[in-house]
Amino acid sequence: MARDPGLYDYLPYDGTRPKISWPNGARVAFWVAPNIEFYELDPPKNPSRAAWARPQPDVLNYSYRDYGNRAGFKRMMDAMDRCGVRGSVSLNVAMCEHHPEIIAACAERGWEFYSHGTYNTRYLFNMDEAQERAVIQDSIDTIRKHTGQKLDGWLAPALTYTDRTLDLVAEMGLTYVCDLFHDDQPGPVKVRQGRLVSIPYSLEMNDVIVYNINLVSPRRYADILKRQFDRLYAEGAESGTVMCIPLHPYLVGWPYRIKAFEEALDYICGHDKVWLATGREIAQHFLEHNYEAFAQASHPVAEAPL
Amino acid sequence: MSMDASYLQYARRRYGMDHDRYAWSQLHERPKVAWPNGARVALWVVPALEWFPLDMKGKPFKPPGAMVTSYPDLRHYTLRDYGNRVGIFRVMKSLAARGIRASVAMNAAVAVRYPALVSACVAQGWEILANGLDMDHLHYEGLPAGEEQRLVTTTLDILRRASGQKVRGWLSPAKSESYATPDLVAAAGCDYLCDWVNDDMPYAFATPSGAITAMPHPCDIDDYQILINNHHTEDDFTDALVDQFDVLFSESAEGGGRVMAISLHPWIIGQPFRIGALEKALDHMLSRRGVWPATGSEIVDAWRAQKPA
Repeated sequence: MARDPGLYDYLPYDGTRPKISWPNGARVAFWVAPNIEFYELDPPKNPSRAAWARPQPDVLNYSYRDYGNRAGFKRMMDAMDRCGVRGSVSLNVAMCEHHPEIIAACAERGWEFYSHGTYNTRYLFNMDEAQERAVIQDSIDTIRKHTGQKLDGWLAPALTYTDRTLDLVAEMGLTYVCDLFHDDQPGPVKVRQGRLVSIPYSLEMNDVIVYNINLVSPRRYADILKRQFDRLYAEGAESGTVMCIPLHPYLVGWPYRIKAFEEALDYICGHDKVWLATGREIAQHFLEHNYEAFAQASHPVAEAPL
Repeated sequence: MSMDASYLQYARRRYGMDHDRYAWSQLHERPKVAWPNGARVALWVVPALEWFPLDMKGKPFKPPGAMVTSYPDLRHYTLRDYGNRVGIFRVMKSLAARGIRASVAMNAAVAVRYPALVSACVAQGWEILANGLDMDHLHYEGLPAGEEQRLVTTTLDILRRASGQKVRGWLSPAKSESYATPDLVAAAGCDYLCDWVNDDMPYAFATPSGAITAMPHPCDIDDYQILINNHHTEDDFTDALVDQFDVLFSESAEGGGRVMAISLHPWIIGQPFRIGALEKALDHMLSRRGVWPATGSEIVDAWRAQKPA
């Protein structure tokens, strides 16, 4: 095991970074990332993590998540439609087989699909390299087959990893990852080969963290989103920032939560210097214009003593 | 290090669900449901009357509301029991004043211990639905053979005898099930099940005795979750109920009838400082035209009469 993930160098957010200029003078690249997930009722065991909090069958937690596909997704999508926001779907790719109607609705709207693994109940922990490659290849093939899109982005299934996950993702042709939470701007990821970009995704804005860990009310969530946006919008006047809202239809799609979310989304989209982007578009822009300068400006990190 | 090859095999990767209990569908694509008299929202209020034994084993896990300290945990035992002595009567008064008949989810142990409470609920015209034996007899996979069958039968026998009602609805303690629970409660004559929280409307749930109805009984928006688990204020609880209702009411204009389910625990909501939060939300709902205060059985019957897909 390593003491440092070895995935990025140090680059202080001190006003001297190379400048990011988003298209059309936008200050913030704003993206919304719905996690469209399938959890299995009776998944096989992984020694590093239990799939369910309760003994299987955990019908409470299983059905709690199934709510997102049956009822929550449509409410979330309607709110995004009304605000003119495209989603970048963090997809458990088995959803393409289980619920193709949801995939079709996203595809019709020009939403991007990126991979969140096969199922949210199959973890990368303890896989060997061939197995991990097979999971990534499954994502590439399934997304291509069902949507025609090239897979560019990655958020590991249920945030589970091996030491080589991001190396393999880059080698297999993906361009960005959402797994790192160290910055409010994109940045280079140090991988064995190829160029890979880390895109800010944000656990603090993620409805799972907000609702189920921090236990806030829907109206307070709207307030958090607006405060986050206001500061990133102000700072974006100097150099472009990124704001992401990661969502889960089983949470944000509840009737009592949807209005507060839509109000915050409407507030953000009401600003003129906002780039309503997808993950792929942000990564592409950064790769073309900023990747080399950021890599060169970064400070290598020395080994800590003892 | 590697995982067994079976970890990358997906036997149930197919259209629909990864089990055979119910068909996959999205709420907005189903045929519209029409409630009696053109009502837009069925208002279903479900207080739970629970008994947490002082010597709880908490097997296979401690349910929400379980004892906390070392034995004897008098503080948590008596605070839960407050709901059965005081809180429920405050809830009863609030609902009666508004013409709402509740569907009360009752542990069989409550009926045995407090017959006067069963009589009071029945006298209100409330429906009794089964909430298992008590809060220390959870249903889970791995119960010895025959044990779960005995739990279901005993629970229903006690509640049916005590209430004189058919007892058509089932809510498992802590919503915990084994793979067999729905089969056992259906075979024992229950018509509807309240454990699964995956929908805003009733839907058909398959068992070997025929389909029963899954009812939308949410955990996310109840008094335990919002007031105890999340530490939100009474006003936040009112807001949550009002916001939930407003969206459902609004959707019903085009999407057909909806169910507004309110799950309550009288030891929580029945406290003097909290009960007003419920009343305020109910008054908001009842101020709209087209709200049908109904029991679980009334909703299930109206829904089944339309043979929705």
